[in-house]
Amino acid sequence: MRLKSWKELETGVVILEPGNSVLYRTGTWRTFRPIIDMEKCTHCMFCWLYCPDGSILVKDSKVIGIDYEHCKGCGICARECPKKAVTMVEEVKARMEEAK
Amino acid sequence: MAEVMVRKAEVKALEGDKAVAEAMRQINPDVVAAYPVTPQTEIVMEFSQFVAEGLVDTEFIPVESEFAAMSSCVGASCAGARAMSATCGPGLELMWENLWVASGLRCPIVMAVVNRSHAAPLNILTDQTDMMGSRDTGWIEIYAENHQEVYDNFIQAVRIAEHPDVLLPIMCGHAGFVLGHTLGRVEVLPDEVVRNFVGEYKPLYSLLDIDQPKTFGAYDHWDYFFEHRRQVFEAINNALRVIPEIGQEYGKISGRYYGLVEPYRLDDADVVIMIIGSGAGACREAVDEMREKGTKAGMLKVRCFRPFPAEEVVKALKDKKAVAVMDRCACFGAEGSPLFIETCAAFFNRGLRMKLINYFYGLGGRDTIPSEFCDIFYELSQIAETGEIKPPFVRYLAVRE
Repeated sequence: MRLKSWKELETGVVILEPGNSVLYRTGTWRTFRPIIDMEKCTHCMFCWLYCPDGSILVKDSKVIGIDYEHCKGCGICARECPKKAVTMVEEVKARMEEAK
Repeated sequence: MAEVMVRKAEVKALEGDKAVAEAMRQINPDVVAAYPVTPQTEIVMEFSQFVAEGLVDTEFIPVESEFAAMSSCVGASCAGARAMSATCGPGLELMWENLWVASGLRCPIVMAVVNRSHAAPLNILTDQTDMMGSRDTGWIEIYAENHQEVYDNFIQAVRIAEHPDVLLPIMCGHAGFVLGHTLGRVEVLPDEVVRNFVGEYKPLYSLLDIDQPKTFGAYDHWDYFFEHRRQVFEAINNALRVIPEIGQEYGKISGRYYGLVEPYRLDDADVVIMIIGSGAGACREAVDEMREKGTKAGMLKVRCFRPFPAEEVVKALKDKKAVAVMDRCACFGAEGSPLFIETCAAFFNRGLRMKLINYFYGLGGRDTIPSEFCDIFYELSQIAETGEIKPPFVRYLAVRE
């Protein structure tokens, strides 16, 4: 997201459109990345229910993944998952894994 | 047209505090939130009486503290209301955190500050330590010399604060007791003239806009905080243009024109005293006395301290032989008083070197009489003659050694 200059910003500390927090990529804050093992997942929706940032991606009543743009890596999903299908992996290691 | 309106003004004997209340009644703001504190109490007392008598439509909030007063004003202002308050000395201190919120959220709140010293020693009398202490909070700060200016400033303040290029809160200072509790001659404009002048407040954004909901006062990280601050730097400097514009417009309805600074017998003056607020009254007398004795004395009254009118000050003083800068506030451990430091910086930045001396005076309500100003003029004359300033550079007027 391109940051606005002081001349482009609205006057005062005002946010004009509601629900625009989606534009803020809190995923950059993450130290640990939750990774779902889809073989263990039963789609019970506990992770979706507990996630404080609405970062569990769901389609047709099935968990399909995690929105890493916004997931802060709090680990609540991993703790609450009854099937222990979510593993918290160090973000740095996960990225190195991806780079391979 | 202007002539007719001026003649319609009614001359009243008003205490400075009541002049504020009278202006407030005529402006008829949406919300007033204030807590009584000596010597500001009369403003709140008088205005709450106007509310009780149904003379205004104002929602008056008798808050539990000054912190709550400013919180209420900020909330009301964000909701789109024209909000006002009044305080002094320690009350202003208690508002401190919210002073920054008011300017940061760009709330054009208008507040009378009846200048009072800070304890300890406990003292309820006047000096400008309160407003000088809050000089960097993003509030515009103007001061009155006499009762008429108390009234005039408060009305102009509404237009200055609400100007779209400014949108910042404003403090109107006047001396506690010296102006606040004494009777003075005030030409009070007709109600409808004042109401036409201030007009209806049209907020840029409103919290109560339910069709297009907005967020006010969200958190900023390092990525946006500085940009929002930069806007306030710009907005307060815009007031340097807006204040004289409004002052001229006000002149058309009142016959009294206002700027950022006001010279007195300055054109051909060699030695000058620079001063803020009610002390200028006695200083004028000293100027006249010195003129009679053949000294080319003059005065520069600074009406607006924030934003600091550097250009106007330099233009007014650059040809003068010696200048004494007077400040009625306590400001410990600095190179000089606030007005002195600003003035020095203004000259330095323009590559000019001046003969300036600095006086702290009148703290805790101590009177400064014309003969004391005359002594300073004698001192300035000597500096002008010899070109030499003897230390100390920072001096304390009429303090027993």
